[in-house]
Amino acid sequence: MGLEEKLPSGFLLTTVEQAAGWVRKASVFPATFGLACCAIEMMTTGAGRYDLARFGMEVFRGSPRQADLMIVAGRVSQKMAPVLRQVYDQMPNPKWVISMGVCASSGGMFNNYAIVQGVDHIVPVDIYLPGCPPRPEMLMDAILKLHQKIQTSKLGVNAEEAAREAEEAALKALPTIEMKGLLR
Amino acid sequence: MSTQHASAESAASARETTEGTVYTVTGGDWDEVAETAARSDDERIIVNMGPQHPSTHGVLRLILEIDGETVTEARCGIGYLHTGIEKNLEYRTWTQGTTFVTRMDYLTPFFNETAYCLAVEKLLGIEDQIPDRATIIRVLLMELNRLSSHLVCIATGGMELGATTIMIYGFRDRELILDIYELITGLRMNHAYIRPGGLAQDLPPGAVDQIREFVKKMDKNLPEYDKLATGNPIFKARMQDVGYLDLAGCMALGATGPILRSAGLPHDLRKAQPYCGYETYDFDVPTADTCDSYGRFLIRLEEMRQSLRIVEQCLDRLQPGPVMVEDKKIAWPAQLALGPDGLGNSLDHIKKIMGTSMEALIHHFKLVTEGFRVPPGQAYAAVESPKGELGVHVVSDGGTRPFRVHFRDPSFTNLQTMAAMCEGGQVADVIVAVASIDPVMGGVDR
Amino acid sequence: MSAANGNGGPNPEKDLSASNLPGQRGDGGEEIRVQRGMFGADKGGDTSGYGGLVRSIRLPGPATRPYGGWFDEVADELEGALEEQGLVPENVIDRTVVDRGEITFHIEREFLPAVARTLRDDPALRFELCTGVSGVHYPGDKGRELHAVYHLRSITHNRLIRLEVSAPDADPHIPSLVAVYPTNDWHERETYDFYGIVFDGHPALTRIMMPDDWQGFPQRKDYPLGGIPVEYKGAQIPAPDQRRSYS
Repeated sequence: MGLEEKLPSGFLLTTVEQAAGWVRKASVFPATFGLACCAIEMMTTGAGRYDLARFGMEVFRGSPRQADLMIVAGRVSQKMAPVLRQVYDQMPNPKWVISMGVCASSGGMFNNYAIVQGVDHIVPVDIYLPGCPPRPEMLMDAILKLHQKIQTSKLGVNAEEAAREAEEAALKALPTIEMKGLLR
Repeated sequence: MSTQHASAESAASARETTEGTVYTVTGGDWDEVAETAARSDDERIIVNMGPQHPSTHGVLRLILEIDGETVTEARCGIGYLHTGIEKNLEYRTWTQGTTFVTRMDYLTPFFNETAYCLAVEKLLGIEDQIPDRATIIRVLLMELNRLSSHLVCIATGGMELGATTIMIYGFRDRELILDIYELITGLRMNHAYIRPGGLAQDLPPGAVDQIREFVKKMDKNLPEYDKLATGNPIFKARMQDVGYLDLAGCMALGATGPILRSAGLPHDLRKAQPYCGYETYDFDVPTADTCDSYGRFLIRLEEMRQSLRIVEQCLDRLQPGPVMVEDKKIAWPAQLALGPDGLGNSLDHIKKIMGTSMEALIHHFKLVTEGFRVPPGQAYAAVESPKGELGVHVVSDGGTRPFRVHFRDPSFTNLQTMAAMCEGGQVADVIVAVASIDPVMGGVDR
Repeated sequence: MSAANGNGGPNPEKDLSASNLPGQRGDGGEEIRVQRGMFGADKGGDTSGYGGLVRSIRLPGPATRPYGGWFDEVADELEGALEEQGLVPENVIDRTVVDRGEITFHIEREFLPAVARTLRDDPALRFELCTGVSGVHYPGDKGRELHAVYHLRSITHNRLIRLEVSAPDADPHIPSLVAVYPTNDWHERETYDFYGIVFDGHPALTRIMMPDDWQGFPQRKDYPLGGIPVEYKGAQIPAPDQRRSYS
């Protein structure tokens, strides 16, 4: 986006961030990326009873060039993985990914030769949504959480700073296997 | 042995390198192909549709050779949703298998489960011991499932034509059915409710009333599809004489279900080789003689009406009784009950095995961790799914886990007819033809 | 039980010759595996005290006439039709198994297309619909490891039969049925993809489910499931094929 390169730092940037975040979150265009069972629930979410139009995102774009959110709905096979990455690469920045369902998030029950064990091996994921398949309400909750994230996203130098901090935190984080406590 | 090797070897020579096998394809054909391509019309292009395309059913890849607007050659690329479920089943017990098979064709979970369970029951030799109530509930759920599957077919088919209203209608009515599923099994999709030997649990209170109410509502809603689509001139113009496949083509390509019936043959396994007591139900097998997409649409609508009839008959027949076989060596030991954290073992059962009966605890532990053994042999069970003949070939090696499970999914076989239906037609008609096949990629690729 | 087997685990040195084993259900069928111990647990000892048990698991054996019901009619017609073509039925049909109300003809692989064509075209047989092919890999069935199983349905006579053909791992070739049943096109590609059975005469035998550059045939028994261990807080659960299991 041209806006980001020309921005000054300082208090003005924070104001622009808020405005840009508000505008961005209010018109998210999802790319149709239905793969399996979750795709049916995604379609249900767009249909009458759950009505995704209430959040300004009922228009699923057929072309990735016109979309900024990819909802990976279903299990990603080894054969589909390159296609998925290509569609992701074709989407213009800024872009977000929701990994819908347990198969997309971690491979789920299909722990075998055919399925990619988590779509985060291929594309960066913003929201992991559990469930097999997640209910439409859960998908909407994920979308609202993503809206919050978009609203508070940074621009320009602040974005670089945030990315650096996130990376440092990730490097310092304890691996799952070394964590103690209950399984939650 | 006198099988022919020569033909397979002459096509391409293989050579092992450190990077893997390298195939060298030779022969004079390539120049010829290039020359023919150069000489032909400028309008001739190859179009890749999918595997990620809004107008394909799931992750289906269509490779179309187009001359202007005419499709001269059409091929399918599949496997983009291959999940390895058949292999996964070999590492789980027979009962756990239902959890996997229900996710194959995710629009017809109850058919997958029933077909799998019928095959396992055949291997166990307990077909006659399945309680009546369990069989009736299986039929009831399968017919509701036929409705919901056809609704999605009509809804998405309409959406692909640009008729979004039909999509909203279809999903509206499907939600009503999903509410019933949720009440009975606890889940909207992927139920694993039908188990070898019977059902996971009995119908909850209020289910029968809710289904009766649904039948009444659906009787009112179904004519809306007629009003909206059946007589609609645009709808008819898009569907009629599109996706033509006659009876000879259907038989050669192994197409079953609405495709076969749209060619005029009233072949329905529920009538031909009845299972689950279908011979005692009163229903008709609708056919059409148009061999086209419109005929298939009409057949699906009529089948939904017939399914409602069967559902009503099931409700009238339901008598209290067990829903699992008597044989405690097979029957799941616990009765499921709804707790604060969702569906699980009933507290009474836990109290019994943890507090009073050591034998019951051992039995529960063994059956749950180890599972039951199935005598060696193989069996084939087939049910009439909304898409056609769903066959399950199960092999047991006498162990607690399946040796091999193969699903003959109707979507997989029916999708082969795509080329026969589309070649020579218009590009826009490809979408209509594929929608009328109603392939679900979860079933095609498994 | 010998002292060497004091821990109750399966005894690998146990004499497995057929004469030393008790009679089993389905005697006479092919042996597909040998089960040791009470539970067939593959990891850890067998504490049941029956750890020395050795059982050979066999598939149901060949049936003798009469097969019962319409099975005899189909078998008679098939044998008669084969004789008319100058084939000796005993050479074509390896054996006939009747089990669980289903009839299976084990066909010698080189005669498969002839048998299928006869089954399809003979007016008394008329098996018009082939429901595809299902591959099965029996590593324990030496010399006939790869099986291809076809289910044929006759809509005219409302019957269902099964054909079974086998090929050794060393020479995985079976003639294609696409010329007889075009529906087998994708089914044979699928079986090739998963089991490596080469269907001779298939118009384009390529991979269909796996990516084109995939190595190996994933649903064979010697191909691992390919799962990865799953990590939790402070615990690691092995992949499904690495866990303790019973057979």
